[in-house]
Amino acid sequence: MSVRRLAEKQPDSFAFTPENQAWAAKEIAKYPPGRQASAVIALLWRAQKQNSYWLSKPAIEKVAEMLGMPKIRVLEVATFYTMFNLEPVGRYYVQLCGTTPCMLRGAEGIKAVLRKRVGEPGHVTADGLFSWSEVECLGACCNAPMVQINDDYYEDLTPESFAKLLDDLAAGRAVRTGSQIGRVSSEPIGGLSALTSLYGSDGKGAAASHDEKPGA
Amino acid sequence: MTKINIDGKEVDVPAEYTLLQACETAGSEVPRFCFHERLSIAGNCRMCLVEVKGGPPKPTASCAMAVRDLRPGPNGEPPVVLTNSPMARKARQGVMEFLLINHPLDCPICDQGGECDLQDQAMAYGADSSRFAENKRAVEDKYVGALVKTVMNRCIQCTRCVRFVTEVAGVPELGAIGRGEDMEITSYLESALSSELQGNVVDLCPVGALTSKPTAFHARPWEYTKTESVDVMDALGSAIRIDSRGREVVRILPRVNDAINEEWISDKTRHVVDGLKTQRLDRPFVRIDGKLKPASWRDAFAAIAAKVKAASPKRIGAIVGDLATVEEMFALEGLIDKLGSPNIDCRQDGSKLHPKFGRASYLFNSTVSGLDEADAILIIGSNPRLESPVLNARIRKRWLKGGVQVGVIGEQADLTYAYNTLGAGPESLAAVAEKSAPGLTKPVFVVGAAVFTRADGVAILASLAKAAAAAGIVKNGWNGFNVLHTAASRVGGLDLGLVPGEGGLDAPAMVRAGALDVLFNLGADEIDVEPGAFVVYIGTHGDRGAHRADVILPGAAYTEKTGIYVNTEGRPQFAERAVFPPGDAREDWSILRALSEALGATLPYDSLTQLRAALGAAHAHLVRFDQIAPADSAALTAAAALGGAVDRAPFRSAVADFYLTNPIARASRVMAECSALAQGRLRQAAE
Repeated sequence: MSVRRLAEKQPDSFAFTPENQAWAAKEIAKYPPGRQASAVIALLWRAQKQNSYWLSKPAIEKVAEMLGMPKIRVLEVATFYTMFNLEPVGRYYVQLCGTTPCMLRGAEGIKAVLRKRVGEPGHVTADGLFSWSEVECLGACCNAPMVQINDDYYEDLTPESFAKLLDDLAAGRAVRTGSQIGRVSSEPIGGLSALTSLYGSDGKGAAASHDEKPGA
Repeated sequence: MTKINIDGKEVDVPAEYTLLQACETAGSEVPRFCFHERLSIAGNCRMCLVEVKGGPPKPTASCAMAVRDLRPGPNGEPPVVLTNSPMARKARQGVMEFLLINHPLDCPICDQGGECDLQDQAMAYGADSSRFAENKRAVEDKYVGALVKTVMNRCIQCTRCVRFVTEVAGVPELGAIGRGEDMEITSYLESALSSELQGNVVDLCPVGALTSKPTAFHARPWEYTKTESVDVMDALGSAIRIDSRGREVVRILPRVNDAINEEWISDKTRHVVDGLKTQRLDRPFVRIDGKLKPASWRDAFAAIAAKVKAASPKRIGAIVGDLATVEEMFALEGLIDKLGSPNIDCRQDGSKLHPKFGRASYLFNSTVSGLDEADAILIIGSNPRLESPVLNARIRKRWLKGGVQVGVIGEQADLTYAYNTLGAGPESLAAVAEKSAPGLTKPVFVVGAAVFTRADGVAILASLAKAAAAAGIVKNGWNGFNVLHTAASRVGGLDLGLVPGEGGLDAPAMVRAGALDVLFNLGADEIDVEPGAFVVYIGTHGDRGAHRADVILPGAAYTEKTGIYVNTEGRPQFAERAVFPPGDAREDWSILRALSEALGATLPYDSLTQLRAALGAAHAHLVRFDQIAPADSAALTAAAALGGAVDRAPFRSAVADFYLTNPIARASRVMAECSALAQGRLRQAAE
């Protein structure tokens, strides 16, 4: 966390695409009249997505205008939440989880890869492909260490697999999202060690218990 | 009413009171930073922590907890609040230590020093030293306009300023960006604030983060001589405190007066002070060969006497400006009367308001505090935001409370509240008269002074009175017919009857070329005197009036004389003197008294006391200070019958540039800067 300012170089204008415009209208309509400001985070989020993952000054002003809010109120929201990027980011924006579980499972190694490959947090590589920042817990502790790249999670990383992941992204090769060691969501890595069968050893417990209706 | 035990003292308070208010009722002092009586509750400074029994078992922010939120004891005893228990003391000390962690130790160079809440409360409730050894936070200073200087390292994020500009001023331009330790108060990308009330954030700031830019590093608060007085920048008569040091007025602050300005004043009221020092007329001048040359009082009087003797009484006249006290207007009236002239007018803007239509026709009859009860407000031909920003904040306050309809007939402007537009010109008044609004108990009209300056002013008064009668503005026990004047002297002048006598000329007629031989101009700077007349200007600043003058007699500004001002409600208020007039300048009444002797028409008083006695004998209500003499609303019924043809031209506000409405403001560098910023905004908005 540090002082957050709008980027120095700003585009001249911002306009939602027709689809996003329609989406925004739907979002605003969710709230009763006079409460349109409630849609501010949703609209800022969509504006950021449309604008290569960062919020420009014209985008903030556009959202303020759409919601009838004072500009400063929208700026307050945009600077409060770190999920809003106020500076341009790389095409692949890596958010590295550095909170305790990931750290214990080797996030420092992932960080070293990022430093070597991309540079300091916030720095965009010369080819415009990568930038990264360290974030707090992203809620995938079972699959630590992990990163979020744009909208996807990449879990169970090792420095080697992560470096390869970055290489694949840079080369435009297909990558797999989620766990990088092939497990499904957060299943145990070495296969099941408990609940190996359903409802007892004979596997009939389920049917039996199912038939026992109270009062039957 | 609910019983509550505060520090062992049982008090009975309304259930909706906050604990902080209840503590104050009980006489227990609770420190606070973010809480302010006239702003919403934020509860973020945590300085007002108290211990409660019957509530959460932890220190409680007393500003944000209501009396009704506390439970009674097991046997029905009233809840207990302790403001000075070990728990409360320790909690406050902890909060204070946290607040001081990031507060710089720059008190010796801080303008707030000596009137700083943080300083005072650190002494009273803090610990003697800090355990914080790390680096303090550093925050960039922000530009927020010409009036407020920021030193953001000192900010404790109480958000009073944010709440003030959002709620009271109605111009949500300040905000807190970032979060946590990195939270910063700023305007949007450091643009200048556009509020006419922004100076008040300096008073609200409990630390030295927001200080007054024009008076930065001028003086320490304990060096000032503090004089309680009355503002003359508009006709509201806000209560002010003039802080002077030596011979110079350094700053002007508001005083609390719930009947008028609550505790706000406009930026013009506050920051016009540097105009009191520049462009001043500090000695008499006489025009010789077309050039104004310094002269002695004797020579100046002799020059006037020569002209007056040569003129026939009918060719002598007097116009009174906007900043004159009742006393000097009374003296001028006496002088003109003695000279045998019927030509006198206190309405330099050409207003058709006249005492003969009755006092109710030119007062703010509902009173300013009466606006709080109004259930419908129709603003006619006025932009109250420019004509009286503090009154506008009062209307906004009423609007925020809800249950009120606000309508405007006239210019469309950002008034900081929503309103319905009912028309642009006088023809809309007839529509109001036809469409009676049922269910309204206390509707008011707020009529701008400018509507009466039109050629059809009398007819407009008649149609206003008609509409007022039809809309239930004037009825038994309620008179909501409100004229919002812009000149501080106007109601006083009308109460004195400073209007042309039988066959006399009014102000626009007097200034016409060749209308008069001698014109006494008592500080009227908003009117152009055409060539011909010999003009005697009694005033303070080298403004329009002085440029046209043939003789200049230097007078005293409102901070330099005692005097009575009658505000737009008809409330006579007494203004005290803070400093003396510069150089040879004298108090205006004494100039007129001396001049009367030189003209052989000596006024019958030698001191201000005698003058006031004479004034009291002639107009008893003008010396009963702070009391509004009731105006008979029957006058409005009579006015409705005046009739006359109404022009269809749309109404215009009396004030185009808020910051430059009088000679003192026009002499002020600070006001010029504010005006330039405001004009820049207007241009930008037009593009």
